Amino acid sequence: MAMLELKNVHAHYGKIHALKDISITVNKGEIVTLIGGNGAGKSTTLKTISGTLRPSAGQIFLNGEDLGKYPAHEIVTLGIVQVPEGRRVFGQLTVMENLDLGAFTSKDKKRDAATVEKIFHMFPRLAERSKQLAGTLSGGEQQMLAMGRALMADPKILLLDEPSMGLAPVLVDSVFATIKTLHAQGVTILLVEQNARMALKTASRGYVIQTGKVILEDDAKKLLENEMVKKAYMGD
Amino acid sequence: MTKTQSLWNHGVKIGAIGGVSVLTISLIGMVQMFGKRFIVADFLPMGVAIALILTILTAYLAAKKTSIPDKSIQLANSVISGLMTAGVLSMLVIIGRSIKLRTVFVEASPQLYNILTGGIQGAGGIIFLLGVGLLCGVFAGILILLNDLWRKLIVNALATVFVLGLLQELIMPILKAWDLGVTNYIAELFYAMNGLTPMGAILAMIIFSIIYLSWYANREKIKKGYGDLPKETQKKTKYLGLLILAIILIVLPQVLGLFLSEVLTIVGLYVLLGLGLNIVVGYAGLLDLGYVAFFAIGSYVVALLTSPQIFDFGLNFWQALPIAVICGVLAGVILGIPVLKMRGDYLAIATLGFGEIIRILVLSDFLKPWLGGAQGIGSIPNPNFFGFHMVKPQHIYYLLLAGCILVVFISLRLKNSRLGRAWMAMREDEDVAQAMGINLVATKLLAFATGAGFSALSGAIFASKIGSVYPHSFNVFISINVVAIVIIGGMGSLPGVVIGAAVLMGLPELLREFAEYRMFVYGVALVVMMLLRPEGLLPEQRHKMALHDEPETEAKTAA
Ligand SMILES: Nc1ncnc2c1ncn2[C@@H]1O[C@H](COP(=O)(O)OP(=O)(O)OP(=O)(O)O)[C@@H](O)[C@H]1O
Ligand SMILES: [Mg+2]
Repeated sequence: MAMLELKNVHAHYGKIHALKDISITVNKGEIVTLIGGNGAGKSTTLKTISGTLRPSAGQIFLNGEDLGKYPAHEIVTLGIVQVPEGRRVFGQLTVMENLDLGAFTSKDKKRDAATVEKIFHMFPRLAERSKQLAGTLSGGEQQMLAMGRALMADPKILLLDEPSMGLAPVLVDSVFATIKTLHAQGVTILLVEQNARMALKTASRGYVIQTGKVILEDDAKKLLENEMVKKAYMGD
Repeated sequence: MTKTQSLWNHGVKIGAIGGVSVLTISLIGMVQMFGKRFIVADFLPMGVAIALILTILTAYLAAKKTSIPDKSIQLANSVISGLMTAGVLSMLVIIGRSIKLRTVFVEASPQLYNILTGGIQGAGGIIFLLGVGLLCGVFAGILILLNDLWRKLIVNALATVFVLGLLQELIMPILKAWDLGVTNYIAELFYAMNGLTPMGAILAMIIFSIIYLSWYANREKIKKGYGDLPKETQKKTKYLGLLILAIILIVLPQVLGLFLSEVLTIVGLYVLLGLGLNIVVGYAGLLDLGYVAFFAIGSYVVALLTSPQIFDFGLNFWQALPIAVICGVLAGVILGIPVLKMRGDYLAIATLGFGEIIRILVLSDFLKPWLGGAQGIGSIPNPNFFGFHMVKPQHIYYLLLAGCILVVFISLRLKNSRLGRAWMAMREDEDVAQAMGINLVATKLLAFATGAGFSALSGAIFASKIGSVYPHSFNVFISINVVAIVIIGGMGSLPGVVIGAAVLMGLPELLREFAEYRMFVYGVALVVMMLLRPEGLLPEQRHKMALHDEPETEAKTAA
C-alpha cells in the first residue's frame, strides 16, 4: 500500500483552478520528485497535502487514512512535515527558538533534545549560530534551519519545496547530500524541484506537472532520458 | 561650486529643518506656554530649553551626517546649522515685528519675539538670537569632537537637570513629605518655587558626573565582580532589588499626596490596558485598534451590577469584578471570531470599527433603558475592602497595584509557555505556524480573550474609581493611547509598557499646560521614536537585536 496517495485532487484559489485531477503516490522509503515550470502547481500540491489548502475535490490518504477529516494543524502530528518554498524561517526568532517551534506538537522533551543534537551534528553551522536571529542567517543557512526545523517534528514523510532555490552550486550539492542522508535514515521524501536534473538523479520516481495536471510519470532514470523532459526542464 | 555646496549641504539643510521645527513650536505657542514653567528657576524656561535642545540636536545631526571625516568641516557644519536655525527664527522676528502676523498665527506675539531675542529690541535682538544659534552650533560641534565618554557625560548631565526640573512637582512633595531636617534642606537647596535653583542645577550635574565617572572607571570591575559572585549571592541581590522596588511601590502613594496619587492611578489603569494589548499586539502580532471596547465592557458590567440606578442588582465590587473580566474575555472571543482570517492593516481597520460600534451601542437611545444612553450610569459604589471603603486615589492605587502585579505575573508565565511560543510563531508567519501544528483559531482567540480580560479588569477598576460611566469616556483615543504606550514602550516588553504608560499618561498630567499639545507631542514622539528607536524605550531583547546591528552578537558568533 502506498504511504501517501493523492487521488484525483483538484484545488482552487478562488476562481483559479490550480490543480486539475492530480493523482500521485509515494511509497514508504521512496524519494519521489515533482518537477514542472513556474506556476505549474507544485507548491499547491504540497499545500493540499499539508492541509493549509483544502482540495476542492478528490482525496488524500496517508497509509490508507483519509486526511480530509484532520484540521490543518493536526496533519503534522501524523508525520507529514513540510519545508516551505523560500525557507520561511521565523526571522525574528533565534535559531534555537525556530527549532523548538518545529517540535511544537512533540511531548517527548528527551527525544527533542536528541533531535537537536542530531541536527547540530548534521549542520554544524546552526550549532554555532544557535542564539542568532534566523533572519540574519545567510540563504544557505536558512535552508539548513528550515530543514532542521522540519526534522524536529519527527517526519515520516518530508515534503521539500525547492530546497535548492537560490543556492550556490556547492550548497545545492550539500542540500541534495542531506536529502540522501535523511532518506538513508528512513524518511520518505516528496521533493519539488526546478533543478530537474539533480532531482531526478536523487529520486527513484518522478512526476512532471504542467498547468495543474500530471503530464508524465515514470522512473526517474527514464525521465532523465525523456526527450521532452530534457528539452523542457533541463535546458538541453 | 558644487563641491563647496556639498561640503556645507548638511549644515544648511538640517539647520533649516531645525529652524522650521523651532518655528513650528513657536507658532503653535509651545515656547510661550512652557515659558512659565522653569527648568532652572527664573533662568531657563522649559519652552526655551526645548527650542535649544532642538537647535543643538539638529546641529549635532548636521555634523554627524557630514560624510567628510574632517573635524573642522564637521564643526563648521554644526555651526552653520545652528546659525540657519537662528536665521529662520530671525526672519520670523523681523517680519513679525514689522507686519502683523497675528491675524494668521495667533501665537506670533511680541512676547514670543521677546523670548526669542532675550528681550532686546531692534538689531541687537537679532544679533542676540544669531549669537545663541552660533553657541548652540559650537556646542553641538564640540559634542561631536569629544570622545564617547565625555559626550555621554555632558549629554546625560544636562538631561538629568532637565528631568529634575521637569519633575519638580513630583520630587518636591516626596522630599517634603518626610518633613525631616535633611530632606527639607535638600529640597530647598535644589528647588525654588518654580524650578531648580541655579545652585541645584549645578550640584545635580556635579553629582551626576561623579557617579557616572566612578561607575565608568570601575564598570569592568563591577560587571566582572557581579558575574564572579556566586549564583546564590546574585540571586539574593536580585531579590533585594525586587524587595526595594516593592517597598517603593507600597510607600509611594503615602508620600505623594492626593494629586500625584491620582496621576498614579491613571498610569496604573493604562499599565493594565497596555499589558493586555501587549499580549495581543506584542506577543501575538494582532494589531487591535478597538481595544477600548473591552475597557468599556468591563466598566459597564461593573456599573450595571453595582449601581442602584438601572437594575439594582446590588452586587458589590468584588462580586462584579470577576463577572466583568469574564464578560471581557467572552467579548474578546466573540469579536475575535469574525476577524480570524484578517491580518495586518485589515485587522486594524476592522477592530477600529468594533471599538466604535460598542461606544455607539452604549450611546444609543435604543439601548438606553438598559445602558443609560448618553447620561451613562452613576452612583457606582467604591470598592469595599473588608469593611474599609476605598475612596481615595491612594486606595485605588493599591487595588491597581495588585491588579498590575497579577497581570505581569500572568504575562510572564504566558510568554514562556507553550501558548506564548505559539503566539510568537503566529506573529512571525501564520501559514508556517499552522503547518507546524499550531491551531491558529484557538491561538488567536486566546490572545484576543486574554488581552480583553485584562482590559476589562482595568475598566472595572476605572468604573468603581470614578463612580460613573459615560459613553464618551470610551472613545477611540483610549485605544490609540494604549497602542502608543505599547509601541513607545517597546512591543512585547513588560517594563516597556510600564515606562510607556508613565511617560505618555503620567507626564502630561504633571505638565498640565501640555494638555493642548498632547496629541501633537504624541505624533512627534511616535515619528521620532520610529526613526531613532523603532524598538521602543525598553525593548524586548530580540527586537533590539533585529533592528540594530549588534556587534556583540557578531563577535560572539565569530569567536
Ligand atoms: N495564494 C494564491 N492565490 C491565488 N493564486 C495562487 C496562489 N498561490 C498560487 N496561485 C496560483 O496557482 C498556480 C500554481 O501555483 P504554485 O505556487 O503551485 O506553482 P509552482 O509550481 O509552485 O511554481 P513555482 O515553481 O514558481 O514555485 C499559479 O497559477 C499561481 O498563480
Ligand atoms: Mg512553488
